[in-house]
Amino acid sequence: MIGLSLAYLRDRGLNTALNILLLALSVASLVILLLFSSQLENRFDKDAQGIDMVVGAKGSPLQLILSSVYHVDIPTGNVPLDTVDLLRRQLGVAEAIPLALGDSFRSFRIVGTEPAYPALLGASLADGRMFAAKMEAVIGADVAARTGATLGQRFVGGHGMSSGDEGPKHEETPFIVVGRLKPTGTVIDRLILTRVESVWGVHGIEDPGEDHHEGESAEDHEAHAGAAEVTAVLVRFGSPIAAVRLPGFINRQTNLQAAVPAVEVSRLLALVGVGLDAVRAFAVLLMLTAGLSIFVALLTALKEREGDMAMLRVIGASRAAIIGQVASEGLILASAGAALGLLLGHGVIGMAAASIEQLRALGLNALTFHPGEALIVAAALGIGLIAALIPALRVLKTDIAETLANAR
Amino acid sequence: MSSPDTLTHSKTAQGPLVEARGLSHARDGRTVMAIGDWQLQPGAHALLLGPSGSGKTTFINIVTGLLTPSHGTISVAGEVMSALPPAARDALRRRTIGLVFQTLRLIPALSVTDNLALAQQLALGHVDRAAIAGMIDRVGLAHRAAAQPRQLSQGEGQRAAIARALITRPRLVVADEPTSALDDTNAARMIDLMFDVADATGATLLVATHDGRIAHRFANRFNLMAPVAA
Ligand SMILES: Nc1ncnc2c1ncn2[C@@H]1O[C@H](COP(=O)(O)OP(=O)(O)O)[C@@H](O)[C@H]1O
Ligand SMILES: [Mg+2]
Repeated sequence: MIGLSLAYLRDRGLNTALNILLLALSVASLVILLLFSSQLENRFDKDAQGIDMVVGAKGSPLQLILSSVYHVDIPTGNVPLDTVDLLRRQLGVAEAIPLALGDSFRSFRIVGTEPAYPALLGASLADGRMFAAKMEAVIGADVAARTGATLGQRFVGGHGMSSGDEGPKHEETPFIVVGRLKPTGTVIDRLILTRVESVWGVHGIEDPGEDHHEGESAEDHEAHAGAAEVTAVLVRFGSPIAAVRLPGFINRQTNLQAAVPAVEVSRLLALVGVGLDAVRAFAVLLMLTAGLSIFVALLTALKEREGDMAMLRVIGASRAAIIGQVASEGLILASAGAALGLLLGHGVIGMAAASIEQLRALGLNALTFHPGEALIVAAALGIGLIAALIPALRVLKTDIAETLANAR
Repeated sequence: MSSPDTLTHSKTAQGPLVEARGLSHARDGRTVMAIGDWQLQPGAHALLLGPSGSGKTTFINIVTGLLTPSHGTISVAGEVMSALPPAARDALRRRTIGLVFQTLRLIPALSVTDNLALAQQLALGHVDRAAIAGMIDRVGLAHRAAAQPRQLSQGEGQRAAIARALITRPRLVVADEPTSALDDTNAARMIDLMFDVADATGATLLVATHDGRIAHRFANRFNLMAPVAA
């Protein structure tokens, strides 16, 4: 009887192909949405692990989070270096890690920080050692893979964060690679880590610990380079009280703002979510349309096949067998559509990740499956089954002798 | 042949294969078919001859269990059709009867071979490819075995329909107006073929028609009683 179902589907091949395609498109769009949003959210969570609060210059809190936690936007500005100490003195602060941003090498950001930063994101060395002296750098796994940089290799950073080598270069102050990190699946894979002082060094700011140059007045120094600054400070709380007290305290300081990654990310996802919801609604509509189309196709086909069905009954098929046969037609259609849709969905994600750098950077991956996909497939199969069963139940009402006398 | 059929066969070998008792059928209070008592012996070639509207199809539908008579009973292979629950009636028809219709009712989506395979699968629960090839060869369609019904000529289609009715080795082959739409040559060939295949498989043949051209081919001819107006 399955053979018969396949024969009928083949017999109206164009219609079958169209219905499979329609269902596949709806499954694919739902799968793409699901993978995209879940992988993005997963990445958002992973990159922000352990970071309870970010302190930076006043401006958009979302921008602060995006620039200092996810390294995708430009920073809001700089804050004085002593902000780090100020934070470390606060009750309930377990860790305060400075970040100094502004330079890049081949579009990979150079981040002045402390070894606590890779530790916070769970990164460990693949080879070499952690940066210690000024101008020593540890590179993330993607950086190593893409630039082919080896231990001991020197490179020169460029000013600017994403323009790659196009910005003015700091030729006189090369970095040296002293260590390479294992892949973590977080943003750190795409960062070049060094001491905060290295970034100052590149920009001519002096280490506050160093003596002033001969003949340079304090004013000159200030004018030349400004006070020692960092771009942002990542804070990990040691007690829940800090979460209540600290953001307000920071925001009352004239130059500082505190932003909480969890809050900003959920605000961002809510914004993006409205768009995603609209697309999702459209995809669901598409799936219902596919179901309706299968329903109509089977209804018309079964009308034409009334004589066939009566004949099948005459040669010994039970009512249940005939209903099962029609249901299997719907299920075969739905399975083919679902399988094609999965393939298409993962294919599109794979192609997007392969061709769009930013998406790959965000960790978009075609080979990861999400449990929700099972639900999408189940929905497609369910719709196929229902679309088939409704017309199939007509079989229960047909009088064989009557049908044989009248049909065709 | 496998054992159940053989057993049934021996049990009823002495008696008639089909037996009507006081059989008639009324629709909306009008008797449309009446035959009373009637028997069909195993191995017979019987022809039900009568004008259009005389109740032949009604009678065939009652014999095959597709219609329950309003009066009297019909038994096939010793079983009273109307006394059987629907599933058992379906099973009896499936195991015992092969049907040929004027409109051939081959499944258009399936090849000739697959039409036979489906009938075999449904009736016997298995497919015997060798038997199918043999039957297709017997009706002279070996070269058309892979063709779909819509690609067949009228004559080829009839041969395929007969092959399908007989592939399940039914003890009774029932044909309703098998020749009415055919020219003389094809009508004669159709009867030849049915006799040939029925004899080869030992099947009993019951043909209903208003087509007088084939009447002389049957020794066993019978009519229905003239319906009595209510
Ligand atoms: N489905 C039906 N509804 C009402 N009357 C019917 C139906 N089928 C057959 N009849 C009537 O029953 C009588 C016998 O019909 P039928 O058995 O088809 O005769 P035949 O096959 O000999 O032409 C006719 O008068 C016909 O009009
Ligand atoms: Mg008739």
